[in-house]
Amino acid sequence: MPAPLLEIRNLTFEIGRQTILDRLDLTIDPHEIHALLGANGSGKTTLAYLLMGCDGYVPTAGTILFEGIDLFPLKMHERAQRGVTLAWQEPARFEGITVREYLTLGRQDRAPESALAQVGLAPDRYLHRRVDKSLSGGERHRIELASVLTMKPRLAILDEPAAGIDMLSINHIIQIIRTLKEAGGSIVLITHQEEVALIADRASQLCGGRIIFAGSPREVVDHFRGRICVRCDGAVCGY
Amino acid sequence: MGTELDTLRRTLPMVGAEPAVLDDTRIAHVVGHGHRILSRRTVPGLRLDLEETQDAIVGKMVIEAGVTIAQPIHMCFGLAHPTGVQQIKINVKVEDGASARVLSHCLFPLAKAAEHRMQAVMELAAGASLTYTEGHYHGPHGGMQVLPHATIRIGKGARYFSDFSLLSGSVGQLDIDYLVEVEEEGLAELAAKIFAHKTDQIMLKEAVILRGERSRGLIKTRVVLEGQARAEITGVTEAHAKGARGHVDCMEIVQGQAHASAIPIVRVFHPEAKVTHEAAIGSVDKKELETLMARGLSPEQAVEMIVSGILR
Repeated sequence: MPAPLLEIRNLTFEIGRQTILDRLDLTIDPHEIHALLGANGSGKTTLAYLLMGCDGYVPTAGTILFEGIDLFPLKMHERAQRGVTLAWQEPARFEGITVREYLTLGRQDRAPESALAQVGLAPDRYLHRRVDKSLSGGERHRIELASVLTMKPRLAILDEPAAGIDMLSINHIIQIIRTLKEAGGSIVLITHQEEVALIADRASQLCGGRIIFAGSPREVVDHFRGRICVRCDGAVCGY
Repeated sequence: MGTELDTLRRTLPMVGAEPAVLDDTRIAHVVGHGHRILSRRTVPGLRLDLEETQDAIVGKMVIEAGVTIAQPIHMCFGLAHPTGVQQIKINVKVEDGASARVLSHCLFPLAKAAEHRMQAVMELAAGASLTYTEGHYHGPHGGMQVLPHATIRIGKGARYFSDFSLLSGSVGQLDIDYLVEVEEEGLAELAAKIFAHKTDQIMLKEAVILRGERSRGLIKTRVVLEGQARAEITGVTEAHAKGARGHVDCMEIVQGQAHASAIPIVRVFHPEAKVTHEAAIGSVDKKELETLMARGLSPEQAVEMIVSGILR
């Protein structure tokens, strides 16, 4: 068995007296797409922010090892430079910055044209547009995924990558996720959409800050739909 | 005179202009140093009547009715010495249906204790159009005091666009006061972008008075402050007639020990008029910063990219 790319052990995150993540354990293998399912407030996005090292997200306890290295001492950009990145559920908008600039970030080795084409946006129509309020929610989401593609990350954390995407374009998003994997990356895929979750290699269901069920994507989707919560019996997760 | 002209020419790239524009016979220009006119050229349809007095360059610029000036008119004013005073008093008339673009370059590359005053009256007749782009460079020393004051009257269906920028070097003391009155179906868009450092001080007051029916106005200000710079930005929009629409949009990014204030003032005097405003003051947006850091930029690189975008 290959060593896991990401190894989370006993991860706990509290805000005041509220426990958001509760002794969470999870491993992600190289080249794995791992779907995270769970009701709103179950801790999925908090986990994403802890993995990325967002401001204010310092674990109360536990460890996160990425390729055997403890991530916590590393700042956000240092994690990114090691190959970890995050695509936000609601991506930021940048006044004045063009799509080309956003996708390349001053680096010559990033190919914005092909990344845009892969997310289904015509490069000649979008490269000179600005990453601001003029983009629709769906367009902004696709550009966010294109920016992840240009990074060729070792671990991409995608928080609701298909939110706001029209039904006809979901296949683009699914293909992008597969492309990230084919390029050698692993993906933590946070999603509420079944057809997106089903492309994963494995899946886990969060509830009350813990993983309460893990298995194949189909098993976890069915479990989630069945509203079976062994831990809280519906009291915490709102089933 | 040659030395002063050469100095101002060499400084043009600081505001994004090429020195060669002053040699092109198709392009109108005026170059003023202190209260002397060093160079001027006009083109068909443009009357440029400027004269030197002891305490100002005084005169008028007229774009004749129905004429479209194809190439931008370059107005280059400045001082090539560390000290001095320059005052410009100019009337600009854009006659019926005429159209022009003015690139105004205000260059004070060596200023240590210098002053520039501009008093302008601009009148756009019915259907006229004027785009007025004003680029300033005040050198590195922070010794410049700049007071541009203008009254702009926009006639029926006329369109006025202004874009003030001061992005390189120090600001010194800047006190802008623009009053724009817009008649029926007229349009005024005022944009300003300023990057202030050290002990720079900015007072920026822009007022758009929408007098005519279906007149429209936009005031958009972007200011980035660092060091101990100070800025007070006042955007006033009044709507007096049916269908008038106005918006004030002010963003100030504050870093270091800098201070900023934004005062949007909106007044509506007709039930079918509408004015909106938005103002944001603070540090660089956290989510924007983290997004760029999640792509591998250091915090410093991320701030630089965000700021450069805001000031475009």
